[in-house]
Amino acid sequence: MNYDAVVIGAGLAGLTAALRLAEEGQRVLVVAKGVGATHLAPATIDVLGYDNGPVESPERALPEFAAANSAHPYRRLSVELIRASLDWFVARLGDHGYRGGLEENLLLPTAVGVPKPTALVPAAMAAGDLRTGGRFVFVGFLGLKDFYPAYLAENLARAPLPGGASVAARAVELAPPLGGEGDVSSVGFARRFEQPEFRESVVRELKGRLMPGEIVGFPAVLGLEHTREVMQELETGLGHPVFEVPTLPPSVQGLRLYETMTTALRRAGARLVVGSPVAGAETSGKRLEGVVAETAGRPLAYRAKAFVLATGGFASGGLELGSSLTVRETVFDLPLTGVPEAKDARFATGYFDDHAISRAGVAVDEKLRPVDGEGRVVYENLHVAGATLAGAVPWREASGNGLSLSTGYAAASAILESPS
Amino acid sequence: MTELIRDSLDHCVKCTICESFCPYSRATPLFPGPKYVGPQGERYRRAGASPDISVDYCSGCGICTQVCPQGVKIAEINTRARARLWEERGIPLRNQLIARPSVLGRLGTPVAPLANWTLRNRLLRRLGERLLGVHRDAPFPRFAGRTFQRWARKHVSPAADRSVVYFHACGTNYYEPAVGRMTVEVLEHNGFHVEIPPQDCCGLPLQSNGNFPAARAYVRRLAASLAPYARDGHAIVSNSTSCGLMLKREAHEILDVEDEDLTAVSEATYDLCEFLLLLHERGELRTDFGPLALTVPYHAPCQQQGHGIGKPALDLLALIPELRVIELDADCCGIAGTYGLKKEKYEISMAVGERLFGLVREAHPDLAVCDSETCRWQIEHGSSVRAVHPVELLHRAYGLDAA
Repeated sequence: MNYDAVVIGAGLAGLTAALRLAEEGQRVLVVAKGVGATHLAPATIDVLGYDNGPVESPERALPEFAAANSAHPYRRLSVELIRASLDWFVARLGDHGYRGGLEENLLLPTAVGVPKPTALVPAAMAAGDLRTGGRFVFVGFLGLKDFYPAYLAENLARAPLPGGASVAARAVELAPPLGGEGDVSSVGFARRFEQPEFRESVVRELKGRLMPGEIVGFPAVLGLEHTREVMQELETGLGHPVFEVPTLPPSVQGLRLYETMTTALRRAGARLVVGSPVAGAETSGKRLEGVVAETAGRPLAYRAKAFVLATGGFASGGLELGSSLTVRETVFDLPLTGVPEAKDARFATGYFDDHAISRAGVAVDEKLRPVDGEGRVVYENLHVAGATLAGAVPWREASGNGLSLSTGYAAASAILESPS
Repeated sequence: MTELIRDSLDHCVKCTICESFCPYSRATPLFPGPKYVGPQGERYRRAGASPDISVDYCSGCGICTQVCPQGVKIAEINTRARARLWEERGIPLRNQLIARPSVLGRLGTPVAPLANWTLRNRLLRRLGERLLGVHRDAPFPRFAGRTFQRWARKHVSPAADRSVVYFHACGTNYYEPAVGRMTVEVLEHNGFHVEIPPQDCCGLPLQSNGNFPAARAYVRRLAASLAPYARDGHAIVSNSTSCGLMLKREAHEILDVEDEDLTAVSEATYDLCEFLLLLHERGELRTDFGPLALTVPYHAPCQQQGHGIGKPALDLLALIPELRVIELDADCCGIAGTYGLKKEKYEISMAVGERLFGLVREAHPDLAVCDSETCRWQIEHGSSVRAVHPVELLHRAYGLDAA
């Protein structure tokens, strides 16, 4: 099968690259082993949240951050490009009403009550911005696992905020009718919120328990397809501003993001094959001619002029740590950097410490093409995006989706600007 | 293979992406979800006894396996667990009956008018529901009366430089011989001599209903009859996406059939649209299509998606001038072969298909396109919109219906 561009991976990086290319009229295929990490993470775009402490303005912090981290993917991207990727994203996700930008990080509570800096948030989260303080009430549902409003509220009330903003937080737990079902996931709750009767029962039970001036935080389960309508109805019914706090997986916000982006891809004429791992390549010299995917019958080659590798890091299987302590990139066996020597420690002792192994990945040139140890380009028409890239520690930096979005966008730019 | 499939559950990180995508757990609390009954529930099965009947509410659509980012063979694990469940409890008579399409076909064909009348008689259907547990409203196709094989025996496929083997499967043979004829004519139009060997059921419905020994016997027999062609270098082309997938992969991964005949057949088997699109990629597909000024919705069946080949029908239909195809974004029609026929599952099946039915009706009042036969019957039942195999549009655009 012949395409202009083949994107491997269906996470945010892959979908971004693919959609951008398809919009520019390219014949695009996305081929992925499975669904990407969108379903595991909040749909906030964290560009740079921490750099020796919380970052107030990614725009101001990025140049210094990139200068100090020579191996970091942001070193390859200009602030203008990162801004362009955010603008592009906000426009594509129109219905989600993303707020924010590179100028100032917003500060949103996580499910464990930590104020987390992030550059862009969907409208559904906006009222939870903690920067100016406020009085918050967090609503939990009996039967929804992994979301404990009291825990959230107590942690948040103790959390230090910039500029001495003061936050009051308390918790309320509701027991909405679940139709006899005991074990309902976040997606199950989101489907229930699509039903008017369920919303009404929540409003009825909650209304009398709110105090004047409170902002109401719900777990991010306020509908799947009609979040805006669900939010409006809750705000009208309760007479209070309402916002979402991201939950543990499955991420309903991520599901919405995936739906919007894959629908846009289909409309733009791109093809999406999920459930077909890519396991080989056809090359001629420094050019990648095709990738070979597993199908039910036999391997199938997809040929293209350009390729994007966006298979993720260790968590998604783009990088693999073998039992013999070797690290490999799983599709092309690309050269890796940042892999600790056998004699050195790969992991630090504390869970949230800076583990040496987490910076391992593929090093790239300014067009995001993989390079070897001597800085030579491995394949001139392959571009790498997202968590496969070396040099970042997204969960420490709060940079995950920002990296995926900006490098996915940059990979597409490199392809669109290439002479062929 | 058994161990490989089962061991894949060690890769489950409990991300619950499969649960989010499962159309059946969404429709019924009786099915707690692919992860619960699969990677999670599997550890309770080693002792011998299945803990409960919930895995029987899995339809085997396979969406969980497709979306799993860790490569866990969830649907395969669950289909095996279902077989073990019924091995322990004894397979109900109904499940034995509806899982043998070629037997039903041979019985129904000679008495087609009577059989069709019976299947559409409200009173008898009610009786069938009481006695057998086949839901009174479940969609059954009409027996054609004259099988496709009967047409094929008389049909002389013109000699040509290249030839291909046609695996038409039971649906085409007993219910939709016209689809078979169109497939043959489209292949012949593209310069193929079409071989149509006698063939029986692939065993897929038996596999879905938990009778693995009988399913293995069927698929082995079919593989033995097709293997000589495969070894001769013939491609085996099928318009039945689910039966084609059985030959390509499921017989290996689910039934554990490891024989040389099947391996040869698997490697030679192509879905019809996959085969035609590969021809086109090589510049060998005739593109003398006349215009079809239509806008039609296309639904890719779950089993078609299981091939891992994308949606070749979309690219093929794009070759037809003036034809506009709307790719539907709905996961499953709900029938899953024989699942939706069952009394206790019919309502679930219709709830699963509801979204698709709505999208179909929205897109076109009387025509939809879908590769799989049972899904087409379900779409027609649920939306009252006629559903055709993509080959029917290709056939029409080639002008072969006028010939």
